Amino acid sequence: MQKFFPLHLGCWMLAALAAFLCSCSDAGSGKERATIKYWDKWTGFEADAMRAVVDDFNASQNRIFVEFSSVSQIDRRLMLATAGGVPPDVAGIWSKSLPVYAENNALTPLDRLAEEGGVRRDQYIDIFWQMCSYRGHLWALPTTPGSLALVWNKKLFREAGLDPERPPQSLAELEQFNEKLVKRRPDGSLAAVGFLPAEPGWWNEIWGWWFGGELWDGRKAITANSPENVAAFEWIASYPRRFGVHDLLAFRDGFGNFASPQNPFFTGRVAMVLQGPWIYNFIKNFAPPDFEWGVAPFPTADPARFQNVTQVETDALVIPAGAKHPKEAFEFIQYVNSQKPMEKLCLGQRKFSPLRECSAEFFQKHPNPHIGEFLALAKSPNARFLPQLTVWALYSNDMTQAFGRVWMDKATAGESLDEVQRHVQQAFDHQQKRWDRISGKLTKEWDKP
Amino acid sequence: MTNGDKHNLRLGLLFISPWILGFLALCVYPLLSSLFYSMCDYSVLSPAVFVGAQNYRDMFADAIFWKSVYNTLFFAAFAIPLGLVMSLSLAILLNFDLPGKGIFRTVFFLPSLVPMVCLAVLWQWMLNGDLGLVNNTLKPAFAVVNAMLGTHLSPPNWLQEAAYAKWGIIFTGLWGVGHAVVIYLAGLQGVPRHLYESAEIDGANFWHKTWHITLPVLSPVIYFNTIMGLIGSFQVFAVPYVMTGGGDGPERSLLFMATYLYQNAFDYWNMGYACAIGVALFLLILALTYAATKLSEHHIHYEGK
Repeated sequence: MQKFFPLHLGCWMLAALAAFLCSCSDAGSGKERATIKYWDKWTGFEADAMRAVVDDFNASQNRIFVEFSSVSQIDRRLMLATAGGVPPDVAGIWSKSLPVYAENNALTPLDRLAEEGGVRRDQYIDIFWQMCSYRGHLWALPTTPGSLALVWNKKLFREAGLDPERPPQSLAELEQFNEKLVKRRPDGSLAAVGFLPAEPGWWNEIWGWWFGGELWDGRKAITANSPENVAAFEWIASYPRRFGVHDLLAFRDGFGNFASPQNPFFTGRVAMVLQGPWIYNFIKNFAPPDFEWGVAPFPTADPARFQNVTQVETDALVIPAGAKHPKEAFEFIQYVNSQKPMEKLCLGQRKFSPLRECSAEFFQKHPNPHIGEFLALAKSPNARFLPQLTVWALYSNDMTQAFGRVWMDKATAGESLDEVQRHVQQAFDHQQKRWDRISGKLTKEWDKP
Repeated sequence: MTNGDKHNLRLGLLFISPWILGFLALCVYPLLSSLFYSMCDYSVLSPAVFVGAQNYRDMFADAIFWKSVYNTLFFAAFAIPLGLVMSLSLAILLNFDLPGKGIFRTVFFLPSLVPMVCLAVLWQWMLNGDLGLVNNTLKPAFAVVNAMLGTHLSPPNWLQEAAYAKWGIIFTGLWGVGHAVVIYLAGLQGVPRHLYESAEIDGANFWHKTWHITLPVLSPVIYFNTIMGLIGSFQVFAVPYVMTGGGDGPERSLLFMATYLYQNAFDYWNMGYACAIGVALFLLILALTYAATKLSEHHIHYEGK
């Protein structure tokens, strides 16, 4: 009886193994319709908009079936799934993540597929094509883009005696407006301000752009502490000096969540913000019904020299390296990037289309009355996108820290940015070494037909 | 070894094999591979390249790494003793034979059941400088002090000011002492009654009994909870990560070793460097656990001995 036991166990193990192998071979034998796994970050109405486009694609032909999944923390999941050899066929990531994915050989270059499919640069607003390209190759096609603009509360302008239809034309004027819009409680604490660079604090890295600065020279040098970036941070440092570190802290601590009716912009505690086209959805859902708002380019420090500065971002569809059906995946991406589906998607997500051609109907139907202003900014020659650096996550974190130190009056603009410069340049040099080591092999692989 | 022994050994190993396999695959392999990757330039997706001790050299020169070590040590240095005193005192109080003690025990244990992320979000609001319950409770006290001394003091902006942020996390951690309290309570049930009775006959009061009977008998339990607290404190991650929205907190005051490790691994794609931080964390915990064991050797009273 005792001797029998291991044998008995062995039989069970063999049976389980056989069952597993059968199930594996079964899965691979389906020849009828290729199933494309598509992961994206969308939830709620944004996911619904994408799902509608996926359904249209699935109904339009019978060779490919796209299975859409809403995935949280998409960048990390995609990295782990790709490393594990089980990536989806299509994934929707942010354009700023493309360099690090491409350089780690996690993506399929799309040049040849695009050429074969007749997808061309001139079909897009050029900046979006640039954002999807890196080191001479195309890695993604854009989906839903956004640009940043000054959004202001007209009612508060009127109450402060300002012309509600006229936004500030320069940064100096923005500060004049700011002073007029400040309200204090009887105890002297802040009740409302015109503008706060820390609200909502999502773009701490890029203020230098409105001063004519750059974050990177495009080659080997990080330019975090360039005179323009330092000037921008000096402008930020003027806030704690004018309003007091602790008063600003207490004021901001009283703000509610961004996606809530307690958002300080909706409650009238901040009159002007830097925001993208998505603000429309938040205003619709959380702002008071009589909320009046305007959109204009965020004013620059020197409007005589440069205007219409904005940051452009886009969501981008990629084919991860090791995807099982890259051709079919591209067919789907190309479908999303054709005019009608793209307009349906961007209308559903309340954004503008990254394509050059856009129907008049799109603008008529668009619920956001200011979508045209955001689109015009994306086409501006001074529209910029985040530097295509593999160390961007670190750079961004360091800039946020530097911003925080200046905001808390713990360091001067120059000191805090010098520190960023040192640290990021060192990390970038390190990445350069990594790139020099692997570039030969990688570029050969990318150039392969 | 007789044939019977060999047979028993084989059978024993067979029965324990699921655990051994799991241990080898899920503990030993990751431990050894992270040791190996800590000596590589490795980004997860591209092949690892051996670079020797470069990651460790970078680590020693990295001011941010040292900041995370300082933050972790600071947190552990206050969170462990405070947690110990708090949980032990609560356990002793909850051990009194009072009506409704079951209810009290449940009430003090309940917060430990709150998941880390919920705990972090909840305390984020409790510690809010303007609207938080903590500051609203402190405000009257500050008002009294200000009235008496003519000062203009106000309660701190807990999570926004570098000097107070870690204290915010330490207080948040104290909310979860319920598990330790339960272990102490179990230990307290094992203290022989007759020792208390004979001490009482000798005229001992509550403090004498606690100091000379309860604590020595509980010492193995205290040791266990301290070691668990030590490991837990050095791995502090979820609460500060959620409270700072994945960031480092004001002036990196909430950047702990585990957070920095995570950032390097998953945000910066420096898995090799992250592994080196992991090895450093492992060695630090190992050394402190060893030191705790050595230091307490003569102070732990095992009844079986």
